[in-house]
Amino acid sequence: MSDSMADRMGSSRGTTPYGQQGSSANLADILERVLDKGIVIAGDIQINLLDIELLTIKLRLLVASVDKAKEMGIDWWEHDPSLSSRARPPVSSAAQRGSELSDENARLRAEIAELRAAVGLPEAPAREAEPAEAVEAEEGRTR
Amino acid sequence: MTAELCYLYAVGRPAELDEAAEGVTGQDGAAVRTVYAAGLGALVSTVSADRFGEEGLKAQLEDLDRLEAVARCHHGVVAAAYQRTTVLPMRLASVYLDDAGVTAMLRERGEEFLAMLSQLEGHVEWGVKIYADPGRAVPAPARPVPPSAESPGRAYLQRRQENRRNQQQLHRDVEAVVSRVAEAAGELAAARVAHRPQQGELATGPGENVTNDGYLVPSGHGEAFREAVTRPAGGVPGVRVEVTGPWAPYSFAVPRER
Repeated sequence: MSDSMADRMGSSRGTTPYGQQGSSANLADILERVLDKGIVIAGDIQINLLDIELLTIKLRLLVASVDKAKEMGIDWWEHDPSLSSRARPPVSSAAQRGSELSDENARLRAEIAELRAAVGLPEAPAREAEPAEAVEAEEGRTR
Repeated sequence: MTAELCYLYAVGRPAELDEAAEGVTGQDGAAVRTVYAAGLGALVSTVSADRFGEEGLKAQLEDLDRLEAVARCHHGVVAAAYQRTTVLPMRLASVYLDDAGVTAMLRERGEEFLAMLSQLEGHVEWGVKIYADPGRAVPAPARPVPPSAESPGRAYLQRRQENRRNQQQLHRDVEAVVSRVAEAAGELAAARVAHRPQQGELATGPGENVTNDGYLVPSGHGEAFREAVTRPAGGVPGVRVEVTGPWAPYSFAVPRER
């Protein structure tokens, strides 16, 4: 690598390595990159595909707008008062938020299954294709 | 299930990867180390199966506070590595049973990874978000509204009309800034990716996020890029350009097939 750190970092010039994108970077900015982008590889540990879909959708609700989610064909929260921002009281404590999420999980699972059966989510094929290959590869290796 | 698993952060060329791992802390405080195969190296750390096995991972990712910790750590390792050398950031929570699993993956995908590394070499990602903030738009020069309360109805309608005019003006201003920013960025950037505008709970104000783009920019042009994309909003009330970065090129580390 010939370029120096200062070159690589462009504007930072050594004052704050990697600019403001260190520990203080905005969580939404980080999540949309580490979760939505980056190389998707099928690891040995496979979270259930449905769970990944759920997680991604939940995060989209946090990071993206309701309008955008609607564009993606996701609108079930409108029928679910606990998910509608209009109906939901502001949640302050993180613990509360955590348990709320796990409660939602069960409900969403059923909803997603229905949705996927009905229309299919845009990302579903891309995510399913790779793990399938990797499972074969993994079997060949470990057995 | 084994007690320990192998968490994968990023893949790069072997040169300088050991240095990139040195002193860097991974998930749950474990040291980041390297695994080499097929002319490539991977940055990994050992994690507990309780926390990063299927069940544990699921539980962690569904808790926003844990998710934040895992995501920030993942990002921290990638960012630290990218200061030394070009790496391909992996998607969050790529976990293998052991180092052999990582080795096998490197052998399988090596060619593709090397091609992507060559492409991204010498580039960083910059984020450019444009916000419209009606609260900060300067109202049009106030017309002399008849001070008398002789017709409150008329005064109300006049105010409404004024508001609408301001709104329309802001929309026009935003549109103009958006296209000028895209043009300025395009002159310096090698590639562009549109992210979803941030408008949910995690979005940080003020104003409404109108566009949210990632640009792949040659490393040396960071300052010029920042200046070029912030200039169009200068002196335009109610319109703000926010630049984040430099980031490792997450948004551009995408296999071609996808």
